[in-house]
Amino acid sequence: MNRLKDFLGKKPSDILSVYFTAGFPSLNDTTEIIKSLQNENADIIEIGIPFSDPMADGPVIQESNERAIKNGMNLDMLFDQLSKIRDDITIPLVIMSYFNPVFKYGVDHFCRKCNNSGISGLIIPDLPFEEYSEKYLRMYKENDLCYIPLITDKTNDERIKMLSDAADGFLYIVSSSIITGGKTDVGVNREYYSHIRELVPQKPFLIGFGIQDSTAFSNACRNADGAIVGTAFIRALTQNEGDVCKKTKKFVKDIRGK
Amino acid sequence: MKQENKKNKYEPDARGFYGDFGGAFIPEMLQHNIDELLNSYRLIINDTSFREEYELLLSDYAGRPSPLYYAKRLSERYGTCIYLKREDLNHTGSHKINNALGQVLLAERMGKKRIIAETGAGQHGVATATVCALRGLECIVYMGACDVARQAPNVARMEMLGAKVVPVNSGNKTLKDATNEAIRDWIAHPADTYYVIGSVVGPHPYPEMVAMFQSVISEEIKAQLLQKTGRDYPDAVIACVGGGSNAAGAFVNYIDNDKVRLYGAEGGGKGADTSLTAATMAVGTTGILHGSMILLMQDKYGQITEPYSISAGLDYPGVGPLHSHLHRTGRAEYMPVNDDEALAAALLTTRLEGIIPALESAHALALLERIRFNPDEIVVVNLSGRGDKDMETYLQK
Ligand SMILES: Cc1ncc(COP(=O)(O)O)c(C=O)c1O
Repeated sequence: MNRLKDFLGKKPSDILSVYFTAGFPSLNDTTEIIKSLQNENADIIEIGIPFSDPMADGPVIQESNERAIKNGMNLDMLFDQLSKIRDDITIPLVIMSYFNPVFKYGVDHFCRKCNNSGISGLIIPDLPFEEYSEKYLRMYKENDLCYIPLITDKTNDERIKMLSDAADGFLYIVSSSIITGGKTDVGVNREYYSHIRELVPQKPFLIGFGIQDSTAFSNACRNADGAIVGTAFIRALTQNEGDVCKKTKKFVKDIRGK
Repeated sequence: MKQENKKNKYEPDARGFYGDFGGAFIPEMLQHNIDELLNSYRLIINDTSFREEYELLLSDYAGRPSPLYYAKRLSERYGTCIYLKREDLNHTGSHKINNALGQVLLAERMGKKRIIAETGAGQHGVATATVCALRGLECIVYMGACDVARQAPNVARMEMLGAKVVPVNSGNKTLKDATNEAIRDWIAHPADTYYVIGSVVGPHPYPEMVAMFQSVISEEIKAQLLQKTGRDYPDAVIACVGGGSNAAGAFVNYIDNDKVRLYGAEGGGKGADTSLTAATMAVGTTGILHGSMILLMQDKYGQITEPYSISAGLDYPGVGPLHSHLHRTGRAEYMPVNDDEALAAALLTTRLEGIIPALESAHALALLERIRFNPDEIVVVNLSGRGDKDMETYLQK
């Protein structure tokens, strides 16, 4: 059973996918954050694997990565934490990681562990499609993991179709030419999103990068099936008052604008 | 830049793989940039007007060919025939100008107006800033905050040349972090910006392209040796290896000639068996950094280990895919050279030959202590740069 496929199969709209860095702010917050996000009715959770050199991330996520590594987060630790909450979690979980930690762990081993931990899909930005399809596709399939590709406004039509065909979860639409935490105006790129909708009408897609507040979120939802929020949540975890549950609650309420 | 010289069995395949290493492990945000670069690169390497313009600048502006100098007193000292390839005599003081000229000319032809670069020792930054001044292009150089402090003269040079030097405060604040920041800039400015990578690292086609622009080094060595010795190849070539560009340039026309032994000197720091080292070949494992699969220094979980070397130009946790491959196949031999060995070699070369080498190049010279050569053997050491930028370090020791 793949919870992400089940969820997307219900043709949901206004999907809120929340990214956070595993092991941040404290090592054992991972499980609390997942439970809180589930309680607050987020739709998808993206668990970020901290990496020393996150080349597509802005300062906020860079710092969360650095801190999580210092806290002692690593893949064995994460899978261990996930195994403890396995039975309580029903919300789809995906992992977002740069390729090196996965490669070093062993892609096959990693995929099996993901499957055992209830992970539904993988977002690995620097694993190019060609490498994935030649070397790793089999491992994804054997472990029922969705391949979630990134698409940008520079991705040509042929490539969008190819990536979409290979994608069995959603498409991750990068809002504009920015790194995470950058500024974007979803309205400006309306044509880009509607073009993707026309090109691959059946495929759910979420907009990510630079979705910082409820206005940007609702704008994104008007142009896509939902949005991915990362930096704003990491910031909320550092700035909001109270414990992780309270911070998460306020964040989800704020971003949904209700 | 003769194309027939590139046809060796160590060329990368169509997707930029040298054996197991290389490729383009880039996020989709860079795919378009890389495709555009690859197409433009394929066009210019066969374009006569590009080649003529490049070669004219190499000779009249950069001062090529750089001399191949018979180092008599070093030869006597080590009981063999030592030639120094004088890349230190190039304009801006190192081999980096060969690549900066090539890539900035390419950027111009691609219509790019904004040039970005990363730099460690500052030599690549200075070379890029120089060519940008020459061509009237905007130039932004990312440099680790730690390197900004230890290579102050080069920061001043870049600024005088009109470049904006951006100190990078993430990670170890050195070359790796500067490279991350340059990549982030490129992601955020895909349309108008060209990223001039300074070594044979990064996603395909950078390693192949930078090696091609540096191949002029061994092309000249061939002609110069033929004229001086009647034979166009030496018994051994020695070069230092940071990312590996000067070594690639010195090796590339000899890779297919099994009579030539190839030696690379890595930044051993305080010792390859300590945590203060940049000896990637000695302690590294296969991984992905800055867009390609390479040998790199990392922990059990794939976090990149912070390197250390006294030399800012060798202070990088990886080594380009060509060298990773030459190491794995055993075609070239790489040895860590520790800080103190490099300092001693720098002093010796200064006193015997009147040449103050760059700290990076001093690592290559130090291998003369380690490797025994016969009296009738010919050894070429690639003297990649001059030591002006390192005076503060030299004077402290
Ligand atoms: C003089 C000199 N030699 C060598 C290097 C190392 O780079 P590479 O291995 O790419 O030649 C540098 C880098 O800054 C340098 O300045």
